Parts: sequence; C-alpha cells; structure tokens
Amino acid sequence: MIRFLFKGLIRDRSRTLLPLLTVAIGVLLTVFLQSYIAGAEYQIVEFNADLLTGHVKVMTKGYAAEPDQIPNDLALTGVDKLVADLKTEFPGMTWTPRIRFAGLLDVPDENGETEAQGAVVGTAADILTPGSAEIRRLGLENTVGKGRLPQKPGEILIGEVLAERLRLEPGETATLIGSTMNGAMATANYTVSGIVRFGVRALDRTGLVMDLGDARAVLDMPDAAGEILGWRTDGPYERKYIESAAARFNGRIAATADEFTPVMKTLRDQSDLAVMLDQFGTVRGAILAIFILAMSLVMWNAGLIGSLRRYGEIGVRLALGEPKGGVYRSMLLEAVMVGILGTIAGTVLGLALSYYLQAHGINISGLMKNAAVMLPSHLNCRVTPASYVIGFIPGLLSTFIGTAIAGRGIYKRSTASLFKELET
Amino acid sequence: MKRALIPLTALFFSLCPALVLAAEASGQAGLSPEALLRKIDDNAVPGSKIMVSSMTIHGRRGERTIKSKSWIEGEDKAFTEYLDPPREKGTKMLKLANQLWTYTPSTDRIIGISGNVLRQSVMGSDLSYEDMMDNRKWSDIYAAADDGAETVLDRPCRILKLTATVEDVAYAVRRVWVDEARSLVLKEERYGKSGRLLKTLDVGEVKQIENRWIQTRAVVRDVLKEGNGTEFVIESVEFNAKIPEAVFSKAALRK
Repeated sequence: MIRFLFKGLIRDRSRTLLPLLTVAIGVLLTVFLQSYIAGAEYQIVEFNADLLTGHVKVMTKGYAAEPDQIPNDLALTGVDKLVADLKTEFPGMTWTPRIRFAGLLDVPDENGETEAQGAVVGTAADILTPGSAEIRRLGLENTVGKGRLPQKPGEILIGEVLAERLRLEPGETATLIGSTMNGAMATANYTVSGIVRFGVRALDRTGLVMDLGDARAVLDMPDAAGEILGWRTDGPYERKYIESAAARFNGRIAATADEFTPVMKTLRDQSDLAVMLDQFGTVRGAILAIFILAMSLVMWNAGLIGSLRRYGEIGVRLALGEPKGGVYRSMLLEAVMVGILGTIAGTVLGLALSYYLQAHGINISGLMKNAAVMLPSHLNCRVTPASYVIGFIPGLLSTFIGTAIAGRGIYKRSTASLFKELET
Repeated sequence: MKRALIPLTALFFSLCPALVLAAEASGQAGLSPEALLRKIDDNAVPGSKIMVSSMTIHGRRGERTIKSKSWIEGEDKAFTEYLDPPREKGTKMLKLANQLWTYTPSTDRIIGISGNVLRQSVMGSDLSYEDMMDNRKWSDIYAAADDGAETVLDRPCRILKLTATVEDVAYAVRRVWVDEARSLVLKEERYGKSGRLLKTLDVGEVKQIENRWIQTRAVVRDVLKEGNGTEFVIESVEFNAKIPEAVFSKAALRK
C-alpha cells in the first residue's frame, strides 16, 4: 500500500510538489530558527560566563547582596585555600579569582600634574601566568587594537573610547586612583600596554584590565578577591548541574548570617540573566506554534486544491466500492509521506544553513554600538540534537492536520450521485 | 577658621563651624536663631594653627587609625601630611580655596581632586572630600529656626534647624545642637533634599586650650554606610603658629 501510494506521489508531481515545497521551506525555517536561538542562548550564556558571571561565582554574602556596587570591603579573604577547596569539592569545574574595582585614571602632564582624568571600571584577572585561560575568557586575544597584551606587572589595557578621551597611547603612563579593601586611597602608576576595542560601548568607555597581582598590590588585597568564578569543564553549561553545585555549596552555610560568609551564585542568579534565558524557551515554543499553525493553514489549502483536482479520482474509488474511511486514511498516509519527505529535505537544507552560520556567524556589532548590556558582537547558530528532529513536529503535524481538515469532504460525497457526477 | 581644611583635623573642623575657639561667654542667652548662627560663624578662628590629629575608621572589617599633621591658615589654606600607618605615610594633601590636590610618594604624582571624586570617601572614612571643601559661612547659606532644646555632654543645648537658602549645598537641612554659652556645636544631623538623614556628628569631648573651647573628640557617621562611623581626635593644637607661605604650595607636596 505504502509503495503504491509512494509511486503515485512520484509519478503525479503536480499534487506532490506544492505540499512538499511548503513543508520543506517551513521545516528549513524551523530548523534554522531553532539553531539560531540555541546559538544565541549558548553564546550569551558563555559570553557572560566568561566575561562577568562564570557558570557560578563565589562571593561573600555581603558582596553578593550588592554586586553592582563592587564592595571590595566585603571581598573574600583566604582565597588560595578557598580555591583549593573548591577544586577538590568540584573536580569537574575550574576556578579562578578576579577583582573588579572602580576608580579614576589620571593622566599626568609634563610636570607630573593632572592633565586629564576619566572614570574606570577595572577587571583584574590572572593574565600574566603563561597558559592562563583568562585572556581568552576576557576576549582579549582579538580585541587589542593598538599595542599588545600586558607582559609584565605594571602594564594595563584600557578601552578605546577612554584612551581617545584621555589621549593615551600604548607605552604612556597613567595613575590609577581607587580605594583599598579597607577604604583607604589607593594610587599606583601603570603603563598602558594596549588599547582594547571591547565592542560594548560601556566597556570601551570605562574598561580597564590589569593582572590580578597588580590589583592585589594596589588595592591592598593580599590573598583576597572580590569574586571567584567557576566554569564547568566536564561538559557544557547545564542548568541542573550548575544549580546542584551551588545548592551543595550553599547548603553548608545557609544558617550563617555573617556577611563575610562565602556564597555561590549561579549564572542565572546574576545580571538578570534568568529573565533573558527564560525568554529563549518562550520564544522557541512560540516559533514552533506559529510555524505549525501557518503551515497547517497552507497544507489545508493545498489539501483542498488537491481534493478538487482529485475529485474524479476519489469519486471513481468510492464508486468502485472503496470505503470512505479507506480513502480518507490513504490520503492521510500520503500526507504523512509528503510530510516526511518535506521534513527530511527541509531539515537537510536547514542544517546546512545552520552549520554555515555556526562557522561564520552573523555580525551584530552595528546594533551594539550604544549597548549598555554585554552581548557578543557576532551571533552564531548552534546545531544541537534538537536541530535534527525539531522539524518533524511542524513538518508532520501540519501536513497531517491540513489533510485531515481538507479530507473531510470525502465523507460529504453522496454515493448515489457518484455515477451521475462521473458522467458529466 | 571654618570648615575648610584638609583631612583629619580639617575634616574634623569642617564638621562644626564653631569647632574651635569658643570662648565661653555670658549673657548671650536669648539670641535669635539667626544671631546664634552668626555667632557660631563668628567664632571660627581666622588665624593659623598647627594640629596633630587622628582619625579612627570603624569599618566593616575592623578599625583603622590614621594619624596626620595639619598646617592651617584661615579658611582657604590647609596642608596635611599623613604620618601613620606606613601605607599612608608621606601622603599629603593641599587645599587652596576651592582646589584640592593630593600627593602620594609611591606614584610621585600630584593629583587634582575634582568632579565626582569630591563625593567620594576620604581615606575610607565617613566623610567625603565635598564635606571638607565647603567653607562658606552657615549664615550665608542656611536659614535658622529654633527646633527645641536638649542636654548634650551635660551642657544645655539649643537645637537649630538650618534650611538651605541656596541650591548648591551638599545637605539641604541640618539640625545642630548648640551649646549657646560657648557657641559650640555638640551634635549635628545632616539631611538630603529628600529629607533622608545622611550623616550624624556626635561630639564626645570638649577641652579648653589656650583659653578657647574646642571639640577634641567627635564621631561622624555616614548612616548610608555600614560600620560604626569615624572618630576624630585632636591630639595637639597650636594656635597662631607661624607657618611659612611655602607650606601652602604644590612644591611642598613633593618635599
């Protein structure tokens, strides 16, 4: 029976081509959008995790309550031991301390007095240790526009707009004015080794990157850090895995009220990322629903056209004694076969497009010029196992639903008048 | 001498316009609020002085004491050198009228402090640079009204409510507890435009030095910050000291 129907579909292309193309295009778009959303979600997670939040972040309870204030007076102490403990307890993760700080960068004139000043928001990470992953995580490999990465203590990177405003060039000296962990004034001279184009306006305007050791020295934070960031290394970011780790860590100290107690926050707990990530799930569901609905309407229409074209054929089959249910079921089977073929074609095309954009990405830096939030400058698709199967949902459902609705006409045919209809 | 000056003593003085030189007077009870305010302003010492003082910051992580020596000339000139702890030793600050510079030996830089930095904390204390920069007379920028009476440090005090008459003030309203006989402020509350309490001052000790009453110990609290405030103590003060003019120059910062 299937073979018979398949031959019919192959030989009568006029009744197959339109539904097949409709399904293929719809599935192509579904697969592409699924991959695009998955890519955007993955990139935003990893971008924020690398730059700011980690998959998890350990801070003191007081620091975690007001992280935007960067309250280094509430920084973690005994960091080396804490990192060692974290490595032991969570072997599937990697951990590294960072210090964020706010301050002023003061540029001297020829007399050593203030010529220009600009506010900075600094990030201090381990960027001098050979092989440190922090350079990659902070996106410094490809963003240094002028000069070079710091190679020794006392060298810093600054944002492009800040450098322009302060008229600083690589090799020149500037003084950082900040506050120590104890609130005292902190000052130190640094050499600008490079100028960075972060691609995010806020960072380009105020961003400063220095080595963790330098920050600890100037901010009087020996063996201290504002944050310890953790990333999963035995697999990609997975919400359950990360939340389980945080719950395990926090479970031990839940009853402690001390504001210096370390607590672990997941990526979703920080920077309103939970809202953004939850929206991805909603958008993905909405896209599927829209495609199923739209394609069903198209397939219904295609089914109606097909029924008109095959009005005579169906009449003969009914006149020869084939039950209406049998005809209806054979048409549904045909629809499923068209759906499968269209879905396969659409999935192949959608995956090809997605793989291409996974490799090359879409440049959205033009949209990010004045962005206050941190988003990557390129969005890449990400082909996931779901990309291979998601097209079958709209592909099969739409053809089946469309044909099921259009095929109801079979039951409205009057057997008594069939021969009369066929004579005309 | 008014709230002008430079950290520690300067800051200390900046808190109370009549902080120093309040010769106990008699027969001045019954002054109108405006007259009392002018009296407080008038008690500001116009001469020079050299002071050694300490500032203990009761922060979240414990206490930190910073010791300094200040040379002060009138309202507009002040020079302070930090003596202790070692991390701060050698740091200097110079105030000339409305300009402020700081020098740190580790950077060998003279850095001007202006703009938003003025709102920041001085050395982690409960005072901002802005607190120490405003040297205008209270009677020029506030309208005074009686707001009750209380005893502070066993001294009868009149409470004055000062409401700003100009826009560019850090505190829209102040409530000050004034020892009327000595024209000495013993307690103060500072409020923002919204009516929110921002800072408090509690004088803990007053002494008569060279026939002048001065507050020698006070605690300032920034109520928006955690911690138990910053305690200022004047350890020694020499009035009408001869201070070479060269002290109040940027060149002195590097010496």
